[in-house]
Amino acid sequence: MNITKNLKYFFILPALLSVLAILAIAMWGLRPGIDLAGGSMLQVTYQPTAQVDASVRPPVEQVRAVVEQLNFGEVRIQPVGENGYIFNQRDLSNEEKNQLVAVLTGFGPVHEDQYSSVGPVLGAELLRKGLISLGLVIICIILFIAFAFRHVSKPVASWKYGVVAIVTLLHDILVPAGLFAFLGFYEDARIDSLFIVALLTILGISINDTIVVFDRIRENLRLNMQHSKTEAFDVVVGKSIKQTLARSINTSLTVIIMLAALYFVGPVATKDFALTLIVGMVAGTYSSIFLASPLLVAWDKWSRRNA
Amino acid sequence: MFKLRYSAVLVLIVAAAIGVFVWMTNKPDSRFAFKLGLDLSGGSHLVYNADTSKIPAGETADAMNALQIVIERRVNAFGVGEPVVQTEQAGALGNGAYRLIVELPGITDVNEAVAMIGQTPTLEFKLAQKGEATTDTGATVPIETYVDTGLTGKYLTNAALQFGNGSGSLQTQPTILVTFNSEGTKLFGEITSQNVGRELGIFLDGRLLSAPVIQERIDNGQALISGNFTAQSAKDLVTNLNLGALPVPITLASTESIGATLGDQAVHAGVFAGLLGFLILSIFMIVWYRVPGVVAVVSLVIYCVIMLAIFKLIPVVLTAAGIAAFILSVGLAVDANVLIAERMKEEMAAGASTQDAIGHGFSRAWSAIRDSNIAHIIAAVILFWFGTSIIKGFALVFGLGVIISMLSAIVISRTFMLALGINTHSRLGRFFMRSGIK
Repeated sequence: MNITKNLKYFFILPALLSVLAILAIAMWGLRPGIDLAGGSMLQVTYQPTAQVDASVRPPVEQVRAVVEQLNFGEVRIQPVGENGYIFNQRDLSNEEKNQLVAVLTGFGPVHEDQYSSVGPVLGAELLRKGLISLGLVIICIILFIAFAFRHVSKPVASWKYGVVAIVTLLHDILVPAGLFAFLGFYEDARIDSLFIVALLTILGISINDTIVVFDRIRENLRLNMQHSKTEAFDVVVGKSIKQTLARSINTSLTVIIMLAALYFVGPVATKDFALTLIVGMVAGTYSSIFLASPLLVAWDKWSRRNA
Repeated sequence: MFKLRYSAVLVLIVAAAIGVFVWMTNKPDSRFAFKLGLDLSGGSHLVYNADTSKIPAGETADAMNALQIVIERRVNAFGVGEPVVQTEQAGALGNGAYRLIVELPGITDVNEAVAMIGQTPTLEFKLAQKGEATTDTGATVPIETYVDTGLTGKYLTNAALQFGNGSGSLQTQPTILVTFNSEGTKLFGEITSQNVGRELGIFLDGRLLSAPVIQERIDNGQALISGNFTAQSAKDLVTNLNLGALPVPITLASTESIGATLGDQAVHAGVFAGLLGFLILSIFMIVWYRVPGVVAVVSLVIYCVIMLAIFKLIPVVLTAAGIAAFILSVGLAVDANVLIAERMKEEMAAGASTQDAIGHGFSRAWSAIRDSNIAHIIAAVILFWFGTSIIKGFALVFGLGVIISMLSAIVISRTFMLALGINTHSRLGRFFMRSGIK
């Protein structure tokens, strides 16, 4: 693979995806769920009775009509399963929640599957903690990469590996974040604390592939030094990518197989989480091959030209 | 060679023993059954804000401990299995506010849970003080205000329901006899001796119940409270007072309750996803990597068995996020095997013998495995520290998985690879050790 020749083409896809993701986030924003913004969620199932064995769920318009009389502000009503509804609204006091259940019981016996209510202060705190953690993980990883590659200073300084790794990681979390901005707009998907966990996890694991390639560059540079061989940096990088291509793809594939199982047949609670991770992993695999190493080469060329 | 095969068999026997342990302790009544979080087993999770503004600075921790003990006593009085009551301070990243967290497994009705924690009966004794207030028209009118005496429900040892003891209409009215502890008795004695003739207001939750006039010094540490009690309200109050007045006022900040059905579905879906993923992953590994693939799958099984045993022994409370972390960790655990298998193939292509290829495959893949696992651990530690209970569950399983998977990939896979002793000088041997579609 000739990195030098194809350098600019490699950047097209990740650059395009990043721009699209930023646009999506700027246009639609990410919609925080109740655990981050405060609010409440009630999930109920209408119990089938002996007389009616088909759907016992009242039509959504009727439900909306009675719920609106309670004046809880904006209430989002989503049908779930065969006989269930999920209600999302501002955080409710215990009495208000009892009123809500009471009007729903008016249509027939309901079973309360789950209920949660989070005050705004608690949500804001969780959001702040999440953002700080994201920053912290990024800083720790840049420091760690710079440390791990400290002996590799020629021809590219070790801290540059760290910076390039971070640019790659930012791309990897921008893509799923952009997807959720899009899903938020089209399907009213919300981000919750598990979304932040997913982003943090992507930072931790999509760095793998980047490390595998960098590790090979590090080894090839050392081998060249031992054998007093001079090879252009871009040639070394191209060789390293080629040598590690199969394992970069396979290590991600094994993770994606497990995540796909989690997404398709796993618990409802972790579906969005699995989707975020899958998108992040795919972006991560691509970026470690086609973004991280070409970026190192480009940086090297740029600093040579300006030296 | 003999020694290697001996250790390989030993590893298998130990793994089988751990597997039997995991299998045998699966009954719900076993001491080592999996501990499921509230989101999987059903129950309520309540977070209260504690108002510590009136507590002197140095005594907040003590007051929070006292609060925890009182709440534990109340919850236990209702016989909930394995309730969790803990206090936390919204640490370095929060505003420093204190919180009380109550988890009630099996209680899926928030109303019931909130009732169990109970209202905060704060009992206060305040002295009446005559004062003057200026009305809108400028005239002054005499009013009564109440000043704190420092005597509160904190000093109670016991409350009892009594009927009668008075005259006239009081004959049939329920009254409550409270007994103070020694400190309270002393305080009550001082207040009554110094303020004979004044009214002592008795407040419950800030509401004036009655304001009897102090006739004389009371040294026996008992006070009779009358008010417009019904038999039921008096009985409830006695119960709440006996269970302990809360040393710190609390307000409900968040509630969460999940029915057992939903949790059950999540457990089944999680187990199914894990098994399905594992099956597809095994097929992929064996088809692509052949013998090293089989070894990877065997060591992955051992990895899973060890993880499950650890979940039982620590014990780790499993949540939906924790199960997701475990499923994810299986995909990550096999990564080291992929790196090693690819490296062995390279070494063989460069002409190394089987033993050398395996040895170099492991040692030269190590730096990449080490570095990526350190990155995982960084993420896990920060997640754990960031965490609310959901995230902590994820981070703990994730972090444990990273550490155990390094062990299983490096130690266990290596032992098996060497013990198999495949001769790469034969055509069949070379086929078994290679990978991919070639």
